[in-house]
Amino acid sequence: MENNNNNNKSLKKSISKGILVVLGLIIFAYAFQVTAVDFGTTRDEVRMTSLTRVLRALAHPDLVEYETAELDVDIPFYLPCPDGETPSLPDNASSEPYITASAICGAAGETVTVEGYNFPAYVQGPLNFITASGVKKQLEKFQADENGYFIYEVEVPNRQPVAEAQAIRATVRTNIGAPMWSDNAIATWDKIIETIFIALLATTIGTLIAIPTSFIAARNLMVENTSPLTSVAFSIIGWLIGMWIGSQITKWLLVLFTPINESLLFSLVGAILSFGLLYAVLRWSITADDSEAPSLGKRIASITGTALSGIAFLILFGISFRAIGAALIEPLGALGFLPNFMFQVGEIIVMLTPGIIAIFFGAFVGSMLSKIGQRISDNMPAAQVKLVNIVAASLAGAAIFAIFGAGVEWFYQIGNPVKTFYIPGAVGGSLGLLLALTTTAKKAMPTGLIIYTITRTILNGTRSVEPLVMAIIAVIWVGIGPFAGSLALALHTVAALAKLYSEQVESISAGPIEAVQATGANQIQTIIYAVVPQIIPPYISFTMYRWDINVRMSTIIGFVGGGGIGFLLSQNINLLDYRAASAQMLAIAVVVASMDYISSVIREKFV
Amino acid sequence: MLEIKNLSKKYEGGPLALDDVSFEVKQGEFLAVIGLSGSGKSTLLRCINRLIEPTGGDIIWNGMNVTNASDDELRTVRRKIGMVFQHFNLVSRSSVLTNVLSGRLGYTNPAMAFFNKFSKSDIDNAHKELERVGIAEKAHQRADELSGGQQQRVGIARAMMQNPAIILADEPVASLDPVLAHSIMQHLEKINKEQGVTILCSLHFLDLVHKYADRAIALNDGKMMFDGSPAEIDDAKFREIYGKDAERVG
Repeated sequence: MENNNNNNKSLKKSISKGILVVLGLIIFAYAFQVTAVDFGTTRDEVRMTSLTRVLRALAHPDLVEYETAELDVDIPFYLPCPDGETPSLPDNASSEPYITASAICGAAGETVTVEGYNFPAYVQGPLNFITASGVKKQLEKFQADENGYFIYEVEVPNRQPVAEAQAIRATVRTNIGAPMWSDNAIATWDKIIETIFIALLATTIGTLIAIPTSFIAARNLMVENTSPLTSVAFSIIGWLIGMWIGSQITKWLLVLFTPINESLLFSLVGAILSFGLLYAVLRWSITADDSEAPSLGKRIASITGTALSGIAFLILFGISFRAIGAALIEPLGALGFLPNFMFQVGEIIVMLTPGIIAIFFGAFVGSMLSKIGQRISDNMPAAQVKLVNIVAASLAGAAIFAIFGAGVEWFYQIGNPVKTFYIPGAVGGSLGLLLALTTTAKKAMPTGLIIYTITRTILNGTRSVEPLVMAIIAVIWVGIGPFAGSLALALHTVAALAKLYSEQVESISAGPIEAVQATGANQIQTIIYAVVPQIIPPYISFTMYRWDINVRMSTIIGFVGGGGIGFLLSQNINLLDYRAASAQMLAIAVVVASMDYISSVIREKFV
Repeated sequence: MLEIKNLSKKYEGGPLALDDVSFEVKQGEFLAVIGLSGSGKSTLLRCINRLIEPTGGDIIWNGMNVTNASDDELRTVRRKIGMVFQHFNLVSRSSVLTNVLSGRLGYTNPAMAFFNKFSKSDIDNAHKELERVGIAEKAHQRADELSGGQQQRVGIARAMMQNPAIILADEPVASLDPVLAHSIMQHLEKINKEQGVTILCSLHFLDLVHKYADRAIALNDGKMMFDGSPAEIDDAKFREIYGKDAERVG
């Protein structure tokens, strides 16, 4: 009975195995069909010739060139044979290269044997028929043997018969002087340097943004952040109000600073003064010893002081940096890239300042209202908290959906405020209301997990867009060139690295975090003292790996106009100049291989 | 100084890890918590400084209810409660000194963390604490280069940096050999006797409880089974705490 059962089992097993094998075969057969596999073409005569030509061109990268001298060796040839006496061959006793022919005249279609003597060993060149008017027709491509001798049978071409002598000519090109880098080699060098710097810039910017993002995208750090609905709703409202205030203040400040914009001296002095003020305020407000909580007055004073002096410093610093940079570009000549860097940094600061101010005010008002919400939730009776929740959550929901509505309006230009403002507002408001009604008044909401999920979703979405596609959009935005490539790669780097980093954060050991938290450290201190030391080696390793990828990607990104060596490569491939393209492929290979080596050395040092 | 009232903790989807536990810790006491693995000892200790959020009951710390303290209040409570762990929980890639200094974080302005800066007096104290546990010369070594016993001493130094009123020690010697175990316990005893720091220590071995503890409480399946002097734990009590099949070792 047992045996029978076993037999049955093994039979079933072999049948299912057989079915699996057949299924696999069918799948692969279909794959052949879909991918149009056709090995017949690989042996096709014409295609083989083209392939050989391209491969040989690729094996001769266009890197060096010589100055060349041409030597023409002629014998006269009559087409057709003149009447009367046949002209005799010239005297050929010299040690110079010369050629002889079996016949010195003939009709079209006749075969003539041409021999060459005293040529440089192994030299190659064309054997042409030169008409009286000087038009060439290639008869053969000759190659001399080790003694400088060659022999070929050629056919007399069908050319207009004339009385005077035409010629058969062997042309020898010799290189003279030292090899020089070809134009293509120089262009390749320029572009490969550009490529490396695109990768460097993209990796640096990407890493700087990815590191803080990775903490938000790490589940183990976020899961403990919970707060009651009152606090969350208040915080959202606070953020929006704060950012609105911030943008109003920015508008006002930009008007205020307009006269300063014109005077370099004024803005420079202003920048120094505001930096001094900022430093003083920070020194006064940040004391190493935090055992006594600062008084409310001191807190307000230090936050206001930091905000005011910080904003003033940012704007004035940006403006003066920009002005100094712009003024120095011309006089410094070849070193102009240094002041240009200053100019661009100033530009970035001026550009980002409104955003920074808005975020600062958003964070400030948001956290203040969030604390008030927390207090309400902690100290008021549940029924009243519920009432507050209903109002606040409805407002917050309506505000969020109204912002979504504005986004929809921007993309689709509906132009109907009922659809893009009132309806989303009402939907958001009622969702908020629903949330407030269904949750227990003081229950902690998993805010950390919500932020984590949103961040993860955005990162995954961004990561799934290939850098090549991003580069196309960036090219439309900032124009063809390496800047577009850097932007696209930087964006992709943020998404990819933030994911890799956050997974590292998720895999660190929890013990040290627990220990540091137990000492009374707050969240920032916990990250710096317990998380950061654990993640430095993998972060360095991943960053190097990413640089590696970015170098490889930046060779491709030029195909769509993102600058770098890909631009040159695609151009040469389209021009069928495979020798030039070969030089660029070689450069890419060298750079990628050395990147690989360098990154492994650095990784070994740190990990 | 510390009062636990009807404390309970239920993990999501799990059984009750702590079931209505109440006891009081007096100033200057050496109190041992005993019980089988999984009886709720670690959960109990972690509920006291809210590394784990209790689901019911109150923890009264010097007249203040810790269970509903705000973040700022929790910070001031936690910095007076030192903690020592079974697996030491040092940051292995950081230096011994940095590990000890991290005990000071509750007293340091969070903004200073960006500059990785501690005050001079903190650094001097850290060296003193290391000297006290006998590993002054290891200050600049990486924490993971130290042996287990040495690492636990760093853990004690870190807890002492907090200038604690109480130290929660979660199986401080369970991953050390018996000789080292006594040396670590003696350090804790010294801290208790000489500096008057209250010690709340969970322990596996009863002989350690007899030797070092003034009082013991016992947990079984999250319930309080015993509260009294270690000398009162006779064979009957022992079976009650550890189950009737248990046998005394050591």
